[in-house]
Parts: sequence; C-alpha cells; structure tokens
Amino acid sequence: MNFLLRVWRQPNAKARGKLVDYEARDISPNTSFLEMLDILNDNLLGRGEEPIAFDSDCREGICGTCSLTINGEAHGPDHPAAVCELYMRKFRDRATITIEPFRVRSFPIVKDLVIDRRALDRIVQAGGFISARAGSAPEANSIPVPKHDADLAMEAAACIGCGACAAACPNGSAMLFTAAKVSHLSLLPQGNPERVTRVLKMVQVMDAEGFGNCTNTYECEAVCPAEISASFIAKLNREYARASLRRSAGE
Amino acid sequence: MIGSLDAKIPHGPLDQKWRSHRDHSRLVSPNNRRKFEIIVVGSGLAGGSAAATLGELGYRVRCFCFQDSPRRAHSIAAQGGINAAKNYQNDGDSLYRLFHDTIKGGDFRSREANVYRLAEVSNQIIDQCVEQGVPFAREYGGLLANRSFGGAQVSRTFYARGQTGQQLLLGCYQALCRQIAAGTVQMFPHTEMLDLVIVDGNAKGIITRSLRSGKIHKHTGDAVVLATGGYGNVFYLSTNARGCNVTATYRAYKKGALFANPSFTQIHPTCIPQSGEHQSKLTLMSESLRNDGRVWVPKRKEDRSKPPGQISETERDYYLERKYPSYGNLAPRDISSRAAKEVCDEGRGVGPGGRGVYLDFADAIKRLGENVIRERYGNLFEVYEKITGEDAYKVPMRIYPAVHYTMGGLWVDYNLMSNVPGLFVIGEANFSDHGANRLGASALMQGLADGYFILPYTLPNYLAGQMNKRPSADSPEFQKAESEVRARIKKMLDIDGKRSLDSIHRELGLLLWDKCGMSRHAKGLREALQKLSELREAFWREVRVPGNDEDFNQSLERAGRVADFLEFADLMCTDALARNESCGAHFREEHQTPEGEALRDDEKHAAVFAWEFQGDGQLASPKLHREPLHFETVHLTQRSYK
Ligand SMILES: Cc1cc2nc3c(=O)[nH]c(=O)nc-3n(C[C@H](O)[C@H](O)[C@H](O)COP(=O)(O)OP(=O)(O)OC[C@H]3O[C@@H](n4cnc5c(N)ncnc54)[C@H](O)[C@@H]3O)c2cc1C
Ligand code: SF4
Ligand code: FES
Repeated sequence: MNFLLRVWRQPNAKARGKLVDYEARDISPNTSFLEMLDILNDNLLGRGEEPIAFDSDCREGICGTCSLTINGEAHGPDHPAAVCELYMRKFRDRATITIEPFRVRSFPIVKDLVIDRRALDRIVQAGGFISARAGSAPEANSIPVPKHDADLAMEAAACIGCGACAAACPNGSAMLFTAAKVSHLSLLPQGNPERVTRVLKMVQVMDAEGFGNCTNTYECEAVCPAEISASFIAKLNREYARASLRRSAGE
Repeated sequence: MIGSLDAKIPHGPLDQKWRSHRDHSRLVSPNNRRKFEIIVVGSGLAGGSAAATLGELGYRVRCFCFQDSPRRAHSIAAQGGINAAKNYQNDGDSLYRLFHDTIKGGDFRSREANVYRLAEVSNQIIDQCVEQGVPFAREYGGLLANRSFGGAQVSRTFYARGQTGQQLLLGCYQALCRQIAAGTVQMFPHTEMLDLVIVDGNAKGIITRSLRSGKIHKHTGDAVVLATGGYGNVFYLSTNARGCNVTATYRAYKKGALFANPSFTQIHPTCIPQSGEHQSKLTLMSESLRNDGRVWVPKRKEDRSKPPGQISETERDYYLERKYPSYGNLAPRDISSRAAKEVCDEGRGVGPGGRGVYLDFADAIKRLGENVIRERYGNLFEVYEKITGEDAYKVPMRIYPAVHYTMGGLWVDYNLMSNVPGLFVIGEANFSDHGANRLGASALMQGLADGYFILPYTLPNYLAGQMNKRPSADSPEFQKAESEVRARIKKMLDIDGKRSLDSIHRELGLLLWDKCGMSRHAKGLREALQKLSELREAFWREVRVPGNDEDFNQSLERAGRVADFLEFADLMCTDALARNESCGAHFREEHQTPEGEALRDDEKHAAVFAWEFQGDGQLASPKLHREPLHFETVHLTQRSYK
C-alpha cells in the first residue's frame, strides 16, 4: 500500500511547527501504524534527513506512551485502541493521512509528535492513591469486596494514562482521566478513609494545571483506548459534590 | 580484585534464615534516615516499590526512569498474574510447595535461601497490594480468586483480568506519587543512567542524561539501587517494550560488578507469531490461556496448510498432553517452547512460514460456554484479533515462542547487594531467584518482594556504616565518569555512516536467536562470537546517528543501547559456551537425554557463573567466578513433568 503522510514537524517547544508531506511506499497491510513510521524514519535517515520524533514503548496498548492524532482523531480511527495497536489494513490504499501530536494546552510539545504529559502525574500526586505503608496491611481476605464493586473498580482502573481524553475534548478537559482514578479508589473499601480529601485535591490540581471544564460532549469516551465509561464522570461529579458538602459541614 | 564469592547466606534452618537475618541486621534510626540519599534507577515493580517504601521510611530518594512517567515502566505489560502461597483454594499449596516448585522450575540453578525467602514474603505482597486498592479478581462471595499457571499443580496465581502487571504497577506508582508529594522522593522521568560512579570501592552515584534536554548530570548518593529490568531486547524482537535495555547493568558490569548467568533467557511459548520483516516487537498471549486452551499441530506434515477445522481429532497431535501427561498444556515454559520448536522443525508447524502451533479453545468453550472464556480472557482475544485479524473464539489461535524474560542479571548476595559495596540490584535486573528458568507469575512476585519487603531491611545494614561518606559531585571519580560519558556520545555522533541502527540491531537479534536462543551448541556459539566482533566494527564504522547531543534525540538514545547490546551479546555467548551442560532454558544440544530433555551436570555445574569484566580489548574473555549452589532441603532430580 502507498500513503501520503502529512506530519507535524516542530524542532522544539519554542519553535513554530508545520505540516510536512512525506510518502510511504510499499507498506504491507499487516504493518502497524508505528512500524510504518519506523520505515519512513529509516528512509529519512538514508536520505540524510532528521527522523520524525514520536513516542512509544510497549507497542501493545498498555503503557500509554504512544500519543498521535491521526486525521484529527486521537489514537486514530480504530477505537478502542491506542495508536500502537492500529494496523495499516484499516486505511485505504493511497489515502492521505495527517499525523499530529495530542493537542492539549496542558501538554506542551517537546519535539515533533512528542508531548510532555507530566500534568497527569501531578493530578495523581495530589491524592490519587491509598495511603498504605508497606508492612501495615491486614490479611488480604479479611475485607471481602463484592465482586460487582471489584469489577467496576477494575474497569475504572484500566486507564492507561495516555491523555487522549483531553486531546479529544473540545475544552481540553482531563475529567475522564481524573474520574477513572477517583472512581477506582472510591469503589473499594480500602479507599474510603481518604475519599473526601482525594477528590477535592485531585480536582483542584486538575483545574490548576489548566485543563478545561467538562461540557458533556463525550468525545473522551469515544477515543479512550481503555474503554473508560463516561458514566465515571458522573460519579466524579457526585463524589465531588458529596465531598464539598462534607467539607462545608465541617467534617 | 574479587576473592571468592560469598553469597552471605545466613546460618540456621532454611525457614528461620530470613527472620534471624532481619533480627540481626543493623538499622538506621528514623532521624538519621533523612541524611541518606538513595539513588533508585528504575520505576517498575521493583524500583517503584523500593523507592516508595524507602521514601515512607524517611530516606531521601531519587528515582529515575527513561519513560516520560514512572507509570509506564515495562512491568505495566505483565498480563497473567502473581503467585503467592496463600492456599486460599485449599488445594494443598504451602510456602514449601511454592519454594519447591520455583527451585524445580528453575532446574536447580537458584539459591535455596533466596527462593525460600521469596515464598515467605509472597503472602505479604498480596496483602499490601489489596490494601493499596489493586482490584484483583474476586469470587461472588467477595473473596480473592485464583488461577493456575505453568509448572504448578495448584491454583496460587492472583490476577486482575489480563492486566495484572498494570494494576500492580499502578498500585506501586500511586505509592510513589504519594511520596513524591510528601517530598521524600524526587522523580526524574525521561532520564537515562549512562554510568555508575564508584568512589573508594563503594557505589556512590550515577551519571545521567536527560532525554528531553540532553543535559548530562552527576548524581551523588549513599547507595545505588539498580531496578532496570531485563535485557530481552538484545534479540531485537521480544515481548519487551521497545525501550528495555541492558545499559545500566552493563555499565555497572564494566565498572566491576559481576554479571551472573547472562545466557539464561526465557523463551515464552505463547506469543503471536511474527508476520513480517518490519515487525518491531512480538506480542505475548498470557500463559494463563494454557489453563483452558489445548496446544496441537497436525500429526502429518501434509495437513499443515489445511484449515484447522478440517483436521479431525484423530489427525491432531496434542503433543504437550501426549509427552507430559501430568502437566499437559501447563508444562513449564522452557519445555513447552522447545516442544513447539521441535514440531515446527519437523515440518508440522502451521501458519505463514510454518512457525506456529495451534492453541485451541473449542473444548473449553463447549465445556464452559463462550461467556466464561470471554470473561477470563476477553481482552487477550481482542488483542489477538487486532494483530492478526482472526477471531479466536471461532478458529484456534496460532502461537510461537518468543524471547520474554532474562533470568540472568547482575550477581547479588542474599542482601541483594552486588560485589560492589553499595550497589544493590533488584527485580529482573538481578539474577537471583529463578535459576535457569522462571515460572509464570513469579517475576511480579520477585520484583515486589525485593522492593517492598527485602531491600528495606538489607539496605540499612549497609547504610549504617556509611554515615557522612557521600562524596561531592566534583570529586575526580565523578568528573572522570562524566567526561567518559560525553566522549562516548561524541564518538557515536561522529560515526557519519549510512546504515540505520535498526538494521544492525536486527542482524544482532537474528544471530543470537539462531546461535544463542532456544538451543545452542559449541560450534554455533563460537561462530556467533566471531560474527559479533564484525558486527561491532560495522556499528562503529557504518551506522548513522543524526542530530546532536543537546537536544531530544531518539536516535542517540537508541544508539547507546544498541552499542551496549552488541558488547553484551559477547558475554551471553561466552557464558552459554562455558556452561557445558543443559539446564532449564539453557539447552546445549550436546547435552540431552535420549528423550531430548535437558541433561544437567550437577557435579560440575551446580553453580552460578558470575563474570568479571577484564577490559575492552578482551570482551570475549571475561573472568569467571563460580558460586557453588548447595541444596540442603530439596533433592536434585531430573525435572519430570510427565
Ligand atoms: C509481555 C509481558 C508479560 C509478562 N507477564 C508476567 C506475568 O503475568 N507474571 C509475572 O510474574 N511476570 C510477567 N512478566 C515479567 C515481568 O513483567 C517483569 O519481569 C517485571 O515486571 C520486571 O520488573 P522490573 O521492575 O524489574 O523492571 P521494569 O518494569 O522493566 O522496569 C525497569 C525500569 O528501569 C528503567 N530503566 C531501565 N534502564 C534505565 C536506564 N539506563 N536509566 C534509567 N532508567 C532505566 C525503566 O525506565 C523502568 O522504569 C511479563 C513480561 C512481559 C514482557
Ligand atoms: S481515560 Fe482513557 S483516554 Fe483518558 S488517559 Fe485514561 S485511557 Fe487515556
Ligand atoms: S506504546 Fe504503549 S500504549 Fe502504545
């Protein structure tokens, strides 16, 4: 297969970027999207040009490193999947494909298609944990957890921290990411003691990092490779309201 | 410089060694802990748990990883599960059995004392993870569920769907985040360690390069902990993430740390077969699938291209069930992988190139219903479909072995300290617990055991004697290490060749897969050593590393890793050649039983092979130190899974 690629090139955070055209030729349909970029990079190298910088690591949809916007869609057309799980058989031969980084105000561009997502780490640092010092845990089966709650917590916990939700959101909101973590931990009895402070602090930092508000467009859910349900955003809102109420009641 | 290798195994009965060792180790008092700076390289299960726990204890920790966030360490990709000797299933499991299975699975090439301790702390790990909010699978009554894994006849594996590594790592990452917020841990993501600094014989710091800005930094510390994972990517194609590398441990080796059993590589039996030449990685299908899937190939060569549905029961060879009736499809990894290679070598392999065997769920679906299978393995089936375009509920999966895990690693004593005082090595980066073959679901256990429950006890024992001994970053040792790092970077950027890094790396991988992979022989290993030196020359002459060093430069990152792999491969082949026996994953064709199983030589080789670097000019002749292995509790037998 052959493709015309229009790729965002930007030498560093401060420079201005632009779309540059490249051709990708003789690509097998069983090539993954990132492997196609590897091949292109090999060709660029052979011609003495600088390869395109893009991030990836596990290449199987679990580490959350890869982060490309393809034809305007975060992670490309094959939802639910991270872009590293996208195969060229999903495209038409001779298609023109535009490749850009995730565009979110809170994720500055490092180079070409590579972004800085440390803002997401800072949201977790604000309270996305259960304080359980090593060595102090009770016997694991001493607190049974209803299977339904455990399964639901797992669904929320599956978030890979890629940031596609924010990239897809017209407001650049990281609500789905934050909601997934808040829901995961508040669904479990172990997460209960910090339930109030956790949600208040995480939301506060999320706002301070410059992420936008949620206006219920659900673009996030549509692109999420981990299939995190937007219903967790409703849960986040309830958790937040409950926590604010308790806080104002002086608890 | 190194005398005889002392593993420092405590005296006393096996089941009391760890307790008595803890009781007699030196401590650092709470108000002194903040005076110590600990460098932890790696944020996977091992490094993340160690950094978080040391932070909780009050040490000042600096933690490094090359990914843009600690949450992305390669541990995230582990699928199947984590072992513990809880015996929740009441099926006869015990601490002793977990210990025994691990020693036997490792083909009697690991230390009894270490493995026993691992089994001992396994239960605490599950407690700890549950408390952190790890959403393990549960039964309807709300209690924890288990599944079984290869090499065991009990159900002792805890799991979180097919994402156990992800959930354990997130637990660990969250504990780390808590410490980052508390100010005890300072995190350096996107930062690569390029050298170890030794001052007065003790590990006292590292040299790093920021992958984002290109800046080189000197970090001083009172101890250095390496938790940098495995080096399976030396084969180019493996189930590891793209970034996994040997750089940190290899650099430490060049500074005097011993590298143990470098040739012990686990080839995992259940991976998706390679489909094309540009493939950049191989994807694992969790071994847990072998609980319900049956492995087969056609009995006759001629049937290999027939659609599987047209091959009748009597024309199929369920070769694992046939050869190993008591373990069947759950035979250990090394044995299952070799069996797959054997049937493919006989021309009975299926799929493109004849390099594949079927993993068939038809019986399980009939017995349990598709829903149950979907619940157990749904996401694995989805992954399979994405990559191959096939629906494994309808047609059997095709699988083939792939490089997966490296049992070898830096040599450590019972305290997880290398022969270089102050240099601790944990997780997959050390060699300690898995002998010549690792059992499924035990790497996660080991990484977390090391980080949460072992290092926090053994590190203070060293630190107690190191008060106020942290050198300044201006000391000559640091200056020298820094200028060496800079010189090496410059040398790589100056190569001005035309060849791409990947092409050299691929060639290296093929060579090793061929000569130092699932089976090895002396002649092939000697050929490999010859070829390796040619390949290294080609690298330093022909490769092209564009860009500069003061910038985000992914080609430069990779070049450094490939250069280290090229040297390290020598050490692997040298080790494989020196180990004149077969054991576990190390299968020397010269040494096999009439049935084709690994034939050990316990008299000569019941030992750890630990290698000492002798200088760049003599890459292929490092010095061998042997640590004899003493078995006081288990009997050495030929492994049988029949
Ligand atoms: C696909 C797959 C599935 C698996 N499934 C299972 C399973 O079900 N059960 C099981 O028990 N085991 C499993 N394993 C094995 C297990 O996941 C690993 O052995 C284990 O997670 C390794 O953990 P670690 O902390 O030692 O290393 P890693 O998680 O690999 O972490 C290494 C860390 O070191 C950092 N690092 C490396 N080099 C440098 C450097 N030079 N400078 C700075 N930082 C560096 C990295 O950034 C990373 O943070 C699986 C492995 C794979 C590949
Ligand atoms: S919620 Fe989904 S899209 Fe957002 S970070 Fe998590 S996995 Fe990515
Ligand atoms: S590279 Fe890991 S999720 Fe895509």
